[in-house]
Amino acid sequence: MKALRRLGLAAVAVSAMTTNVLAADIVIGIRSEPSSMDPYFHNLTPNNSMIGHVFERLVEFDSNQAIFGGAAESWKPVNDTTWEFKLREGIKFHDGSDLTVDDVIFSFERADNYEGGNSSFRTYTKGKKLVKVDDLTLHIVTEEPYPLMANDLTTVMIMSSEAKGTDSSGKNKGISAKDFNDGTATIGSGPYKFVEWKKGEEIVLEKYDGYTGKVAQPWDKVTFKFIKSEPARVAALLAGDVDAIDNVPTVDIERLKKDPRVTLSSGISNRVIYLHLDQFRDVSPFVTDKAGNPLTSNPLKDARVRKALSMMINREAIVERVMEGVAIPAGQLLPKGFFGVSPNLKPDPYDPAAAKKLLAEAGYPDGFALTAHGPNDRYINDAKILEAIGQLFTSNGIPTKVETMTKNVFFKRASSGADGQPEFSLVLVGWGSGTGEASSPLKSLLATHDKEKGMGASNRGRHSNPKMDALLNQALATVDDAKREKLLAEATDVGIGEDMGIIPLHYQVNTWATKKGIKYIPRTDERTTAFDFVPE
Amino acid sequence: MTVFVIRRLLQAALVMIIMSLLVFGGVFLVGDPVEMLVADDADQAERQAIIKSMGLDLPFYMQYLRFIGNALQGDMGNSFVFQEPAMELILERMPATFELAIAALLIAVVIGIPLGIYAGLKADSWMSKTIMTASILGFSVPTFWVGIMMILFFAVILGWLPSTGRGDTVELFGIPVSFLTLDGLQHLILPAVNLALFKLSMVIRLARAGTREVVHQDYIKFARAKGLSTGRIIGVHLFKNIMIPVVTVLGLEFGGLIAFSVVTETVFAWPGMGKLLIDSIGFLDRPVIVAYLLFVVGLFVFINLVVDVLYSVLDPRVRLQEVKS
Repeated sequence: MKALRRLGLAAVAVSAMTTNVLAADIVIGIRSEPSSMDPYFHNLTPNNSMIGHVFERLVEFDSNQAIFGGAAESWKPVNDTTWEFKLREGIKFHDGSDLTVDDVIFSFERADNYEGGNSSFRTYTKGKKLVKVDDLTLHIVTEEPYPLMANDLTTVMIMSSEAKGTDSSGKNKGISAKDFNDGTATIGSGPYKFVEWKKGEEIVLEKYDGYTGKVAQPWDKVTFKFIKSEPARVAALLAGDVDAIDNVPTVDIERLKKDPRVTLSSGISNRVIYLHLDQFRDVSPFVTDKAGNPLTSNPLKDARVRKALSMMINREAIVERVMEGVAIPAGQLLPKGFFGVSPNLKPDPYDPAAAKKLLAEAGYPDGFALTAHGPNDRYINDAKILEAIGQLFTSNGIPTKVETMTKNVFFKRASSGADGQPEFSLVLVGWGSGTGEASSPLKSLLATHDKEKGMGASNRGRHSNPKMDALLNQALATVDDAKREKLLAEATDVGIGEDMGIIPLHYQVNTWATKKGIKYIPRTDERTTAFDFVPE
Repeated sequence: MTVFVIRRLLQAALVMIIMSLLVFGGVFLVGDPVEMLVADDADQAERQAIIKSMGLDLPFYMQYLRFIGNALQGDMGNSFVFQEPAMELILERMPATFELAIAALLIAVVIGIPLGIYAGLKADSWMSKTIMTASILGFSVPTFWVGIMMILFFAVILGWLPSTGRGDTVELFGIPVSFLTLDGLQHLILPAVNLALFKLSMVIRLARAGTREVVHQDYIKFARAKGLSTGRIIGVHLFKNIMIPVVTVLGLEFGGLIAFSVVTETVFAWPGMGKLLIDSIGFLDRPVIVAYLLFVVGLFVFINLVVDVLYSVLDPRVRLQEVKS
């Protein structure tokens, strides 16, 4: 078996030069197992990356979250509220049937009305009316002008309307999640066919020869093995049991760099690690004077205090020492190169003197004490980052206690504590932009918390500035790309630049490790996909 | 005997009810499963919809009563994460864990008893001292660390054995097992040894202590005086008598092996119930956690019963009716 696998690897090198004569297989050790193979069951990265091998979407993200045509060949707005999508000709599902607009409409209906999933795609399907023009032409109509149409369509996968399920209740078109997990309904048009899922162990995929899209198919057979334990995943690579792994722990990176058998591929992600600060309570529960007595005011409400805190953080040192060099200091919501980032914002420099001055201006010359909270098993080195920040604050006159806890306890308290409001004063969290542009974090993290409008859903500091809200809303209704990009940048300038609504720390960098001879093209959306592993 | 079994079953039912309340109450207090499952960019309405579909909007007692009502009809609820029946998920993973636990138990017994008897008979030899020192290590070194070291040594450096997963399986009476294929057997060795180490040390100590006690008993002296061969004395008279404590402890420990093979399964990515439990705790998949713990309680009760019955077989002096438990 092992010898066969080696042969397969050698074949990669050959097939890169000649045509695919020999079979090439790859075994990939990944951290997270998907919760289902049903494309609409759970909107979560492990699911979306795994199921994306089997099903196509109308529009796809490349490794930098730039969009390109998936099942749709081209798209354009025909008027303010209607987009026209043309499907690629001759797409066939794995069972040989044709993919037409009817399948797209069927898929959207099932996604939009999905019952009982863990997190639906309704965020992307709601308010969109799909109208069939002919077999390959689709109109999507919205009430208001909707510029993010193509970005939204990178989420919903297209299944065959002829797929048969076993759910006699007729729920979800009679096809249950189970029918996808055992392969009954797992019939897509993507580059790989579903073969088998051994729960808790592995998922096997096989190249689909009838695939006509743009995604590469470098492997004939792909096996994803689920290895949650970090050292075990690294060991499996070194032992040759897998050809590649994702989520390489930062502590191992230095050592693996020196190992001649291993290639490392690192890439920046769309995930910013940042601090939320309580801006909605007049007295914040975890901010006190230095003796531990409650204050009469909430210093975190003052933008100057927030700016001062930001300047007390030595981002370079955190990246260097805590993150072992694998992170990029952040000055806004998304790294350079993404749609809607502001050209004006740089990471705040470490400047304790200026910070002190700002604190004095804000009326806190002697500082105050606070307790910072964060998860210890959610983001790369999350607890260590927060401890470093606690030390930096403390040494600059803000004595800070740090409390970290397991994510399943932390997030509940951080978003809706005892009284349904965020419980903490200052928390460390992260945000990955699912749409690959700046409106996603602006809308969720900085926009005024509003249940009715679905704005500020993850705004755990309850920052609010009508000026930024107005700019964002205007951007969300602007179809012209250049104008929208400018508006989003302006909104960021207000939310971060003027207000310091959240304090960005760094952009996470993800690392994949492969056997020599293969490398990974890092994806900003943090997905691990077989087709992005290519011969070196 | 029948009375005894019935009484025990009634006690078991009571234990299960108390456990269900404790476990259900315990997981109810911790965190919010929706926060763990929901996509980052889901809006408030979406979150509300999920809370409702999982029945988490109901007060605690309503959730509990609903759970008990369903449980009495054999339905332990659906997993939050997979939306499949929790019990099915557990049973699906059970063969892998049982296979691992049985392999570990076999290793512990087959190696541990002879070593223990030897150490008991020749207590002062250097060999015995080595065995006993090694058994202290087996007790005290953490499973997690030993597992990683075993992977490092046998898989990474020597390259003899695979480091992860279960390997090829074949169906035996409709249950997938790995020990019947060469690839599967290779995958089984490291995790089974890792899981066995602790039990092995314990069996050695139990067997040694038993041997030292029994070897001075009158009936052994009598057997010797009668001129029985050493092999027969050790193999029959001594062996049978030291087995009583070993069986009791191993019976209980077998439950422990199955219920808490969590660490080994995580290190070796063994697709068993322990890994399911750890993943479920990570996601706060309450129905699976509750079903799993109740399942384990049931298992312990059952194993205890079997041990008591075995006891009476090994030692005719024990009458089950008299066992007050």
